[in-house]
Amino acid sequence: MAILVTPQTKIIIQGITGDFGGRHAGLSLDYGTQVVAGVTPGKGGKFFEYKDQKVPVFNSVAEAKKATGATVSAIFVPPPYAADAILECVDAGLDLVVAITEGIPIKDMVRVKRAMQGKPTRVIGPNCPGVVTPGAGKDSTGGCRIGIAPGYIHKKGHVGVVSRSGTLTYEAVYQLTTRGIGQTTSVGIGGDPVNGSSHLDIIKMFNEDRDTRGIIMIGEIGGTAEVEAARWIKENCKKPVAGFIAGATAPAGRRMGHAGAIIGGAEDTAAAKIAVLKECGIEVAATPSDMADALIRAAKAKKVKLS
Amino acid sequence: MNIHEYQAKALCEKFGVPVPKGAAATSVADFPTALAQLPEGPTMVKSQIHAGGRGKGTFTNGFKGGVKFCKTKAEAREMASAMLGNTLVTVQTGPAGRKVQTVYFTVANDIKKEYYLAILLDRRTSRPVIIASTEGGVEIEKVAKETPEKIFKVFIDPAYGLADYQVRELVFGLGFNPAEAKNASKLIRSLYAMYWATDAAMVEINPLVTTPTGEVLALDAKVSFDDNSLFRHPEILSLRDLNEEDPKEIEASKHELNYIALDGSIACLVNGAGLAMATMDIVKHFGGNPANFLDVGGGASKEQVVAAFKIILGDKNVKGILVNIFGGIMDCDVIANGIVEAAKEVGLSLPLVVRLEGNNSVAGKATLSKSGLAITTGDSMADAAQKIVKLVA
Repeated sequence: MAILVTPQTKIIIQGITGDFGGRHAGLSLDYGTQVVAGVTPGKGGKFFEYKDQKVPVFNSVAEAKKATGATVSAIFVPPPYAADAILECVDAGLDLVVAITEGIPIKDMVRVKRAMQGKPTRVIGPNCPGVVTPGAGKDSTGGCRIGIAPGYIHKKGHVGVVSRSGTLTYEAVYQLTTRGIGQTTSVGIGGDPVNGSSHLDIIKMFNEDRDTRGIIMIGEIGGTAEVEAARWIKENCKKPVAGFIAGATAPAGRRMGHAGAIIGGAEDTAAAKIAVLKECGIEVAATPSDMADALIRAAKAKKVKLS
Repeated sequence: MNIHEYQAKALCEKFGVPVPKGAAATSVADFPTALAQLPEGPTMVKSQIHAGGRGKGTFTNGFKGGVKFCKTKAEAREMASAMLGNTLVTVQTGPAGRKVQTVYFTVANDIKKEYYLAILLDRRTSRPVIIASTEGGVEIEKVAKETPEKIFKVFIDPAYGLADYQVRELVFGLGFNPAEAKNASKLIRSLYAMYWATDAAMVEINPLVTTPTGEVLALDAKVSFDDNSLFRHPEILSLRDLNEEDPKEIEASKHELNYIALDGSIACLVNGAGLAMATMDIVKHFGGNPANFLDVGGGASKEQVVAAFKIILGDKNVKGILVNIFGGIMDCDVIANGIVEAAKEVGLSLPLVVRLEGNNSVAGKATLSKSGLAITTGDSMADAAQKIVKLVA
């Protein structure tokens, strides 16, 4: 098993007729992902054509769901319309929304998050690379790729990866794969201060997933999400966990690319977070080159076989 | 995005938040016109820069204090002349300081007591939070640590907005008398309306003051905005003061590069914000000092790399460059060609270490080594970081 999505999961892509959404819809189809519908208001009835595949486009998420049985949507629509696109998925009762869009106004996400309270839909992102559950084929094809991550760097296996950063996630996955260690699912939760799912939400799922034997948690400066996850891990998670926190050299008060990566007080610096991670028994990678090796050390200490 | 105090106070007034009467001036010739708008009597003169600690700051010419109390308008005019055009160094500006290009004159009101009031996003609950304290005019972090019982917080449900009972909770908590309480309630509601309507990231009033006549005023105002929302607030965007920003950072934003200048000697050029931060960290780990944060985004086109090199080379402290690209989707060979062309175009003479990983990286590395340029390739982030640190040592 994996978390969030499996190779059988049927996906909608909102914004499939745009350059960005279309390009990644094609790459997901190449990966073997079940991209069954696109949504672009006003283009319903048309098709998204890629190689020999034709994906129907609908005017609304509800129509797309009804016609195809899709349960998940990936959002590639521009920032001013992205919050509305997420709410449309919630209203249509999808299981999961993966919001790739970068630059959504923070107030829009505050309102979306409030509107979702008590609803069964889960949101990953925004401003994230998405979710990949690797498949068993060549270069991990036959899996489920939602978003913009490179599929081929993955390998089907038993490690869960959760991160706020895109390229840093790829770095960790690639380190694992080149060491012959595969992944159950890799999840980018996004770099914004208000996001749909936290490190902890994803780590709880990895903890319950029988197939996942070890976890890499990648965080950065700003907020306290990594600290909350670490405290929970200490009490509840027996699986080996490795961590890395980016931004040890970041100056206070400056936004380091990600809207959420800003040091506000003494508690959200990299040093403070690393100290808590260590206290909670997480093997902290000394450098970003050390992420996979840190997990290997943690697994060895707990006598867990990662592959 | 940050704005100046005088701009923040104009915004406050627009939303019905009372502030002391004031007027700004950008030249000595403007001083009489600005001062004419204020009554005769005690006047404050305040340097307008985007940094805190102004009152305790020192100008590079030795003049002390970026904020001055003056008994008369004539004295205020004199003090303002000493500040305008000079460079103010505070605990927040760094040693280089900031040039004061605007001074702000305000009426110096009689103060009964100082309070603290701020509105910002609470990340844990994903809701706005109002923070208030009876201890104004001091650092709130210090109050939170030493006397947490003097801090009051209300979390606002974004579906309902600020509720009356929450305003009462704050007003009673702060211990205002009835006349003050009425004014403070109105001020808090107006300030929240401003926070919400303008997509502010943070509004901080420190100090909020009461006067002997029962008035409640925002004596200082610090406001910053969510950059993601500026597209729908042209009126806010027009308040941006480019004088307050690093010219290299302004140039970078024109090319959709995310650049932040630091004070080290190893320039970093990276795709992705997390990887860019991590690259700075690994340089430091191996004994080097990063000169900047630079995220070229997921892509890294030749045009962007050329622009990035030019910006990096504009920093005279830079002694070497580390390029770290994880080309997930993009062809690494295309990126390698872009780097080679960019290096030739800008006539790069500093040591350059490139770490390219991902799609078609073998061809990319071959392109780099065949280029005839003095490019060193790194196999991993650690390898590349160690190489550049050694090259600039």
